[in-house]
Amino acid sequence: MTETVVFAVCAVGAVASGAAVFAVDSMARATFALLASFLFTGTAVLLLGLSYLGVLVVLMMVMEMMVMAVFMVMYMMNPAGLMPMSMVHNRNGALAVSAGVFLLLAAGVVLVPWPEAGGAPPADPAFALGEAVMGRHMLVMMLVGMVLFATMVAATVLATSRGRYDRYGDDLRREHPDDPIGGGLGR
Amino acid sequence: MMLEAYLLLAAALFSVGLFGALSQQSVVMVMMGLELMVNAVIVTAAALWLYTSPQSPDGQVLVLVAVTAMAVEMAMGFAVTTALFRARDVDMVDMAADLADRGGPGDHGGHGGGGER
Amino acid sequence: MNGTTAPLWAAPLVPALLLALGYGAAAGTAALRARAAGAAPSAALAAPARESARLLVQRRRTVPGADVLLWRLGGALVPVAAVLGALVVPLGPTAVSDLSVGVVWFNAMEVLVWAALWMLGWGSNSVWGLVGGYRFLVQGLSYELPHMFALTCAALGAGSLRVGDVVAAQEQVWFAALMPAAFAVYLVSAMAMAFWGPFGAPVGRDLAGGAVAELSGVDRLVLGVGRYMFLALVAAMAVPLFLGGDAGPLLPGWVWTLAKTAGVLGLLVWLGHRLPAVRMDRFAEAAWVVLVPVTLLQALAVAVYVLVR
Repeated sequence: MTETVVFAVCAVGAVASGAAVFAVDSMARATFALLASFLFTGTAVLLLGLSYLGVLVVLMMVMEMMVMAVFMVMYMMNPAGLMPMSMVHNRNGALAVSAGVFLLLAAGVVLVPWPEAGGAPPADPAFALGEAVMGRHMLVMMLVGMVLFATMVAATVLATSRGRYDRYGDDLRREHPDDPIGGGLGR
Repeated sequence: MMLEAYLLLAAALFSVGLFGALSQQSVVMVMMGLELMVNAVIVTAAALWLYTSPQSPDGQVLVLVAVTAMAVEMAMGFAVTTALFRARDVDMVDMAADLADRGGPGDHGGHGGGGER
Repeated sequence: MNGTTAPLWAAPLVPALLLALGYGAAAGTAALRARAAGAAPSAALAAPARESARLLVQRRRTVPGADVLLWRLGGALVPVAAVLGALVVPLGPTAVSDLSVGVVWFNAMEVLVWAALWMLGWGSNSVWGLVGGYRFLVQGLSYELPHMFALTCAALGAGSLRVGDVVAAQEQVWFAALMPAAFAVYLVSAMAMAFWGPFGAPVGRDLAGGAVAELSGVDRLVLGVGRYMFLALVAAMAVPLFLGGDAGPLLPGWVWTLAKTAGVLGLLVWLGHRLPAVRMDRFAEAAWVVLVPVTLLQALAVAVYVLVR
């Protein structure tokens, strides 16, 4: 009973704050509305007995949304929403498409005969997950690691405007890199 | 019964995210819509894990992959936005669709900086 | 023996204990300051209470264009995060809720403070506040990874994310002795997470108070109390993770927990008084280039130790 009530609160909260992301004017509020949506879904995942993944979602999403807030303020023309302005295109079309998709998905959810659970969940799902990614599903873990590493390199390369010639001179002979902000280790 | 409720929640989140991704003009807001859609994937995978196959960890692995996809999406999205903004002074998806930066309706000139083009 | 869950009536004890420890930290800071200024340190013991009373009757300042919702939320989030994080910290052998993922939970509650400080800085519609909020994000992002790896070392040594299991794994030798680098990095990064002492730049005097620049009256009191509670939390968490939890001769376990917590808290307060403030634009690199590899090597050493043990 308690579980149903908590789930209902989380579900309504997650969808409402998700919708608020696109309704509020202030970009800071939009970011934190998205964060609230993630916190509600994190709680829903916790309800499913996935304590590790639920807390992980909370931990990661708070960090991610804080980074997002920085970029929001950096790129949006109107971050504080003090001058209401509209930055949307084809609103009605988008509304129709997403409503259609929701009806389709909901019909699928209701009509498909979902299989019954085959057994009880393990005592410690996090342990089962760890065993899986270090055993049978190790390929997933390796790929995730590779993809994350590639992302770090690619994102840095894309985002920075300075290359090694800017830092070490045209013939790369400069002893100390010429950075706009010096580092902390004597450089 | 609870499975259907979780899946409906996921469907609603997915649709809200889809609406945002389709209707917003700013790249950052589009990414917020995408994040909501991946969020729906997380809920779906977790619910299907518990209610259909709790004995095998596949659903949990899928959640892990979705969380990673979210991180990658955000890092690459912001990196591309930064590169695009630096090169073209553009932060809206409509203007990023043009192959050449030749002014016209997309050139609003509302941003400072990037004057060395 | 370790890792039992306390009855529900113990839950109000958590904020009370955090408040008491935080008051001690505030009084200690005031005493150290008074001694440095040449005044009598004993008079400083009541200074936090006097300051609280003054803030309680002070009139709230209003700022035009402030985002009041985020501003108030940010201030309230700091003490809330401290209390939530403390739910997994055992007092003696019992914690209010000894979660199976207690270490991750603790870290997630720490990260909430990033959001809180940024909301405070943003909401006040003040340039000082916003710069302070950004400073804290840089600091948090730089020191989160070493912090996480230090926590990972302790969890790795115990083979469990449950705080009770981490305590139980230290029956032979405390993790502070087994993994000194992780302990040291934990203390440094915990100070960074609590924006304390040398890492106080987000609320630094060079920014006229930074993220808290526009706070006044009861809002400032809530944030000040929350900050000291959070400092007490990171000190209290060092005890089960690295200092053997409630282990100790003669006295009951909870006395040892409190004594060790007070010791760590005293160390942090003293360090915060002694060390100069660091500039995060310079020291972000120290976190990435020195602390991350150190903690990774430490984790490798711990993993090898666990395998050959």
